[in-house]
Formats: sequence, C-alpha cells, structure tokens
Amino acid sequence: MSQPQIEIQLIAAVVAAACALPGTFLVLRHMAMMSDAISHTVLLGIVLAFFVVGELGHPLLMLGAAVVGLLTVSLVELLNKTRLVKEDAAIGLVFPALFSLAIILISVYARNVHLDQHTVFQGDLAFAPFERAIVMGIDWGPRTFVVMSVILLLNLLLIVLFYKELKLATFDTGLAAALGFSPALIHYGLMGMVSVTAVGAFDAVGSILVIALMIVPPATAYLLTNRLPYLLALSVLVGAVGGVSGYWVARALDTNIGGAMVMMLGVLFGLAFLFSPQRGLVARARQQQQQKWRFAETMLTIHLLNHEGQPEYAEECRVDHLIYHLRWPPEFATKVVQRAVRNALVVRQNGHLLLTDAGRVWANTAVIN
Amino acid sequence: MRDRIMDYGLRFTVYGQQYIMDLATLLHDLLFDYTLRTVALGTAVIGIVSGALGTFAVLRKQSLLGDAISHAALPGVVIAFLLTRSRAPLGLLIGALIAGWLATIVILVIIRYSHLKEDTALGIALSVFFGVGIVLLTFTQRLADARQAGLDRFLFGQAAALLQSDVILMAVVGALALTTLGLFWKEFKLISFDPDYAASLGLPVRALEVALTTQLVIAVVIGLQAVGVILMSAMVVAPAAAARQWTNRLWVMALTAAFFGAISGVTGAIVSSTRPGLSTGPVIVLIISLIAFGSILFAPNRGLVWGWVRHQRNRRQLRADAVLHDLYVLGWQHGNPQHPHAVEVLRAMNANQGGVEHTLKVLARQGLTEYSGNGEWALTAVGVQTARLLAPEINDESRPTDNESALAVYGASNEPTSN
Amino acid sequence: MQTQTNALTITDLTVAYKDKPVLWDIDLEAPAGILMAIVGPNGAGKTTLIKAVLGLVKAAAGQVQIYGRAYHEQRKLVGYVPQRGSVDWDFPTDVQDVVMMGQYGQLGWLKRPGKAEKAMAQDALEKVGMAAFSQRQISQLSGGQQQRVFLARALAQNAQIYLMDEPFQGVDATTEKAIVALLQTLRAAGKTVIVVHHDLQTVPEYFDWVTLLNVRRIASGPVSEVFTEENLRLTYGGRVAFLATNGNV
Repeated sequence: MSQPQIEIQLIAAVVAAACALPGTFLVLRHMAMMSDAISHTVLLGIVLAFFVVGELGHPLLMLGAAVVGLLTVSLVELLNKTRLVKEDAAIGLVFPALFSLAIILISVYARNVHLDQHTVFQGDLAFAPFERAIVMGIDWGPRTFVVMSVILLLNLLLIVLFYKELKLATFDTGLAAALGFSPALIHYGLMGMVSVTAVGAFDAVGSILVIALMIVPPATAYLLTNRLPYLLALSVLVGAVGGVSGYWVARALDTNIGGAMVMMLGVLFGLAFLFSPQRGLVARARQQQQQKWRFAETMLTIHLLNHEGQPEYAEECRVDHLIYHLRWPPEFATKVVQRAVRNALVVRQNGHLLLTDAGRVWANTAVIN
Repeated sequence: MRDRIMDYGLRFTVYGQQYIMDLATLLHDLLFDYTLRTVALGTAVIGIVSGALGTFAVLRKQSLLGDAISHAALPGVVIAFLLTRSRAPLGLLIGALIAGWLATIVILVIIRYSHLKEDTALGIALSVFFGVGIVLLTFTQRLADARQAGLDRFLFGQAAALLQSDVILMAVVGALALTTLGLFWKEFKLISFDPDYAASLGLPVRALEVALTTQLVIAVVIGLQAVGVILMSAMVVAPAAAARQWTNRLWVMALTAAFFGAISGVTGAIVSSTRPGLSTGPVIVLIISLIAFGSILFAPNRGLVWGWVRHQRNRRQLRADAVLHDLYVLGWQHGNPQHPHAVEVLRAMNANQGGVEHTLKVLARQGLTEYSGNGEWALTAVGVQTARLLAPEINDESRPTDNESALAVYGASNEPTSN
Repeated sequence: MQTQTNALTITDLTVAYKDKPVLWDIDLEAPAGILMAIVGPNGAGKTTLIKAVLGLVKAAAGQVQIYGRAYHEQRKLVGYVPQRGSVDWDFPTDVQDVVMMGQYGQLGWLKRPGKAEKAMAQDALEKVGMAAFSQRQISQLSGGQQQRVFLARALAQNAQIYLMDEPFQGVDATTEKAIVALLQTLRAAGKTVIVVHHDLQTVPEYFDWVTLLNVRRIASGPVSEVFTEENLRLTYGGRVAFLATNGNV
C-alpha cells in the first residue's frame, strides 16, 4: 500500500470513529434526525464565517458552524414551544430554510471557492492526503486526519469527563435534573459536539453521509449490546470497519469513497439486523417459535384452571372444545396437548384433560407474572 | 412606450445586480417564452401537488418521512437511468417511486422488528440509500453517455431543464394523486385524525395508510427534477405548515397549502432563471420557508404576533379590572363608592405592579375614573356601575362598620365579618 | 342465561403483545340492556379488552361475539368511544365534523356527508349538551367538552352496544353528571353500555354490572353480587382497604 492509501484509510477510520461517539447519544436519546438537521445547516455557518475571514480552512469556520448548529437546535425547540407545528415539522421547516440560504449564498458569492455543492454533498476523500497540515514547519499529516483526530480526542475526552451526567441525562432526565445536572446544558453540549464533528467530517464525506456515520454505527451496535460502554466502543469499531472496508470497495468499483463507506455501514447494519445473537431477525424468529409452544401450553393450563370446579368443566376440558373455543387449528391443538402431557402439566382421562398439580402451579405463576 | 410601462414595473436587486423587469414583459414571457412558461407551469404543478398531499403528511407527523423518501429516491433515479440509458422522465420517475417506497418499507421493518426508534430508522434509510445513490452516481458519471444526462441536477434541481413533456407527465401523475385524495377524502381525514376509531367502523385502515404514503412518495418524486432530492421534503412540509396557521378546516388547509406551494414554485423558478448557475431548489425552498415562518408569526388568530397582542390586551383588561375593583372596595369601606384614593394605595393593593397610574389615565379617558387632585383618584358614577359588577363578593347590605379595615375583605375574608 | 340474548359474549380470549400476555383466557357475558363497568388496576388490560373486542388488537386465542355473531358482521351495532388522549386535538376540524365521522361507516365509499348526516350530528350533540358548539374548532374545547364530542360521535353511530374507554377521565363535575345521565338514557332505551372505569367509589352508583379484571377475569356480574371486598382484594391486591373501611362496599 502506498502512503496516500494508508492515509485515506486512517482518515476514513478516524472520521467514522469521531462521528460514532456523539451519534451513540443521538440514537439513545431518539434524536437521530437532529443530525440530519445539523449536518445540513452547519454549511450556513461555514459560508458566513468564510465571508468574514475570507479563507477556507480557518478555525473560525468551525466556530461559525458550531454556532449555526446550536442555532438550528434552538430554532427547532423554539418552534416546538409555540405548539403551532409538531416537532417533526419543526425540524423539517428549519433545516431546509437555513440550508437553502447557504446554497444560494455559495452559488452567488462563492462560486469560485472550493465550497461547491459537490464537495458539500459527496466529499472527496481521495484527495484528502494531498492537503497537508503543516504547523511550525512540520508536516503533521493530512489536514483532515489531523482535524478529525483532534475532534475524536475531544469527543472522547468530553464523554469520559461527563460520562455520568450524559448517561443520567440520557436514561433518566428527571433524575438528572433532580440531582442538579442541567439537562438543557448537557443537551446543548451534545449538540455542540455534533455540530463540530459534522463540520470536521463534512470535508471527508460530505454532509449527508455524515448522518450515516453518526447514526448507522450506533444503531448497529445497539442491536448487539445494551450496555453503554460496550455500545460506545462497538459503535467506534463498526464505524472504523465500515470506513476501511468502504475504501476498498470504492477502490474496486472506482467510485466515491464516502458513498462506499456508507454502503458498507448499511451492509454491517443489515448483518446485525438479521444475525444479532439476541436481537437479530433470525434469533427472534427462533425464540418466537419456541415461545409460541410455551405460550400455547400456558394458555391451555390457564384455560383448564379457569374452568376447574365449574359446572361446565366437563365440556370445557375436551380437546375438540379447544379447537372451537380457543380457535386453535386441530393439528395445533393436538400438538399442544401432546407437549403439555409430555411436560406433565396435564393428564388425559377418558378423552378429558385434567390439570396436574404442576400444571396448576404453572398456570398460577404465569398469571401472576 | 417601454419607459412608461416601467413605472408600473418591478424593480428589484438580486445578488448585487439590479434587475428591472416590467410586469408586461414578465407576463409576456410567462405566456409566450417556452422555457419560462414550461418552468413556471412545472413548478406550479409541483407546488400544488406537494402542498395538498403534504397537508396529510404534516398532520400525520410524517414530515421527516418525506425527507427520507426524497433522499432515498436518488439511487432509484440513477438505477433507472442505468437500465434505460435515457433520461426519459417516466423511467426516472418510476425508479424514484420504487426507491422511495423501498425506503419506507425499510423504515417500517426496522421499527417493527427491532427496538430502534423511528428517528433512527429514518436516519438509517435516508443516509444509506443516499450513500448508495452517490456510489452509483459517481459510477455512472464515468460512462461516456452519462455526462450529458446531468443526473446531478437531481441533487438540487434545475427547473430550467424541464421540458414540456416532463411537465405534462408531472401534471398527469399529480392529477391522479389529487383525484384519489378527493375521492377518499373523508376516509383519509378520519384515519389521519383517529385511526383506531376508523378501524372500529370497519375502514381498511392499513390500505388507506398505504395509499396516503404512496401519495407522499408521489408528491416527493414529482418535484425531484426541479427541486432536487435534498430539498424536496421542504416542499411537502412548509406549505402545509404555513397553511395550518391560516385555517382550522382541513380542506381549506389543503387548498391554501397548494396555493402557497404554487406561488413559491413559480416565483422561485422565475428568480432563479434570472441568474445562471443558481439552482431552482434552494430558491423555491427559501421562498416557501419565508411564507411558513411569516405565517407562524403573523397569521390571524394562531400567529405568534397575534397571540402576543391578545395577551397584552388581556393583561391590560385584567389590570384595569383590578384597579376598578380596588377603588370600589376602598370606597365601599369608606361608605362612599366615589371616595378618592391615592395612587400609592392602589399600587400596594396590586402587589406593586407598575402601570397603575397609566391604567387610571386610560380608565379616565373611558370616563370611568377621574383625577381629584393631590395624587388621588376616584370612580365616576359610570365607573361605580362598572366596578359593582367586578366585585360580586360585596353587596351594600354587608357593608362593614367604620372601624373595620380593608383586611376584613382581603386578608381575612374567611372569618366572620360581623361583630 | 341464554347466550343468544347476550349483547356481548367473550370466550377464552387471550391477547399478547409480542410475547407478553396482557389478557389470559377471558370469559365474559354481558346481557343486553346493562351498564357495565370494567375495573382493574393499571396494566390490567382494560383498554386491551375493549380493543380486542373491536378487533383493533389481534387475539392469540378465543372469540368475541356481538349478539351471537362475529364482530365484523355486527359492526354497525357497536359504537366506540376511545380515550380522549388518543387523538391530536389540534387537528384542523370542527365539532360537527368530528361527530359526523360516526356515520362514515354507514355512509359508504365516495359519498359525502349531507344534510341528513348534519342533522343527525346536531341531534347527537344536543343529547350531550353541546348543540351550541357545532361550529367550534376542536382545539378550543375543554377536556370535558372533548369527551362529550366523542360521546356524540358514538351516538351518531346509532349503535346497540357502546364500548367506552375511560369516558370519565379528567372531566369536570358537570360533564361527569351529564355523562352519567346519558348512560342512563341509553340503558333506558335498551342499549348496552360497557365502560372502562377508574373510580371504584362510583361503581355502585353509576353501574349495575361490573367486571373485575387483572390480566385474568376475576369476577363479572351484577354489582350487588360481585363487587365484594374479597373480589376487589383479588383484583387489586391489598390496596383497597380504604374502600372497605369507608363502608362503600
């Protein structure tokens, strides 16, 4: 592998990892679509800041982006508070407006600048290694790599420092407020993190694909684990794997690297969705199959228990009655009875079904739970 | 001749350049200039269809689904092009429709079969479909005949590239969707308001929901060419959100949304045509967003400004009532309803809120109070009549004896007042 | 009791959400012309029971009959009053329009509500004391008024059996009285009314039948027979002592 190749993969992995960290909290807090809004509107911040400083790559651009990102969030909340529009519509109103403004400003005033719509949407990772970060005469590596590494470390640092607060504010807003953490402060801090990360990643993959990097890895990880530390680590891992494999797919197909990264993330998500050991579609189907029988047996015992000692019992405890009243297909009813007999929950007596003691306990336990 | 018409014309500055466009020329071009006429008609169709159909999307809280569908349409467009090797709009439209629908199904499947929530499902579908679209787009652009296809105008839209045949196709598809909307209007209304109840009446709620979602996909897809995948969702959300502020009736809301959509479509197309290289999508969306925010601020009854004015008026009324009430109570304690009292006393009784003096002056203008010198104010005869109604807890029979203080009424009204 | 005369017969109904059972093997018979309360603690499956009767949630087993036949054949006989909080009251429509929705089932496809439907809606509004509000935008209604509009909508269905989900939830005293009066009128007209109810104290006063539910059916029958301290304890656990000491039971 040549040096640029290695560097591109490094950048891809770092960008994906940096996005996955705040993304995890977005997914947990049911605010994934906020990343959609922010990743669009940060462009306005970049454009406005560019008009002020006159050059791309200036740190102020990131500040501008972060400010507009937060502005987006507060505008959405403000609109929400008026209760004149619903929350989804509020997001759907704010970001296209700010984003259109940015695009118009670019196409009118900054056509010749390297801010054109293509980069904004697709990013251009292939050329990233040729823009170097040279500080104090030393080449620190590709600019995007350096910037994203700093953002990754910053995200990591913030999450470690405020781990307890973030966790509490995510899972129990009320308690967080009661303990004196301001949920609003944590909320805006997180949104600031999302904004800054979005701007940094924007160069590499373009703004819409940033959404994928923020949402898909945590969603994938969430299908595999429930515990926050694992979730964070796994998100980063999934992001990095998607990033690097995306690079090779892009090379093979001779296509856009960012797009290929996202495609690979989609594949990883699909795999987890189908085959996650506990929550995958396949595992669920198997569990459901088992539960179906268990459930039917329980239903049978409870049915018998309900009618025990009642005058209609002789009627209710016949197998053909089950077919009629519980609406079970005949083969199904026969099978359930067989299983229940095998498990010693019921016994057969001249064509009638009687609960065993074990069956009675079984039914009572099921009802209490 | 021209000079004289100019006086009635529009003079506006766009992006530092001054354009002078007189109404006659504009009208002439709209009617006879092929490009402008086509563009205006096309964007009007888009506005009408997405406005009307978007009404239901917004009411059913599916605004962001529109966003996901429009982004997700990109791979559909590119694949359709790859398959047909032509930019024939029908093919691209069908491609976009299929992709949009697929994305919707993906979203539903994720929500149904995992513990992930709607927002995450939307984000995944939107971004992954778009990523695949970008991969295909880059791939396609390397093909020799694809360069002229101009598929990337689907990102931001280029209304100027609309052909008459495109507009006819859009109009036909849109008309079909709108006709369906009209035919099943009451059913759509009911499932949007109360789906459980609709099901209890025996309506096929699932099928109707599929129909409404298909209409949303159609609304989005129709506009892709002129507005672009990135911003088309705004054409679904903004007209409806704006229209909601002006009316409390569903059909008026749908019509108003269609009207707003059409207005912004046509204006946006005209404005963007004045400047080469300016995509139509952002201009149209900026205009409809301004209409939406304007409506939220200024629409009568619901608008924020209106609400603020009403609130102020209420407060003023309450303050005036309080002052009248206090003057009456004080006067009643003195045995003379028109007994004058100092401003300070009234202020103290109003928990030291400001504006007592101003309120007294306003009341004086209405002939309810009058200044009796020495910083003291009293009720007029008319004022007493009005104030009596505001103090129902007091009637003349229960007037306290002289040595009782105002506390008897205010602080200790629970205790027996007669000695 | 003859099954044919029952307005509602539920046999061995089991409902599960995903793999968690919400209702286990419910049997229930409601003779025509009664006012029945369904009571039970939170999460007892009261709303689910009503929704299962209406076919809004799928039953894992068992069946429901309305006047001896399956629900989907008898739809026109059933009026439904969902929980007030289940809809968006900011929906752009007015009171009359909501009430007319009650007739959409009878009206059929492609037909628009006309004069006859408007008159019926007005009539239904009259019965709930909301005649003056027919043109009012629904977001401008108080909680009690919203509830009455929902009742009027069900009345407009002109059904034989009414299923109501928490109609007394969060309404003012006037509305509560009005609803009780309405329930009694309905019973007098031979209708059957089944109400998910929260307030144990008012059960004997408002209703003549009661079903005690907690995932299983604990008891069901005339209030005088089944609304006993023991049954309540079985339904609620130990949490109903206050009722017994108040002597209301």
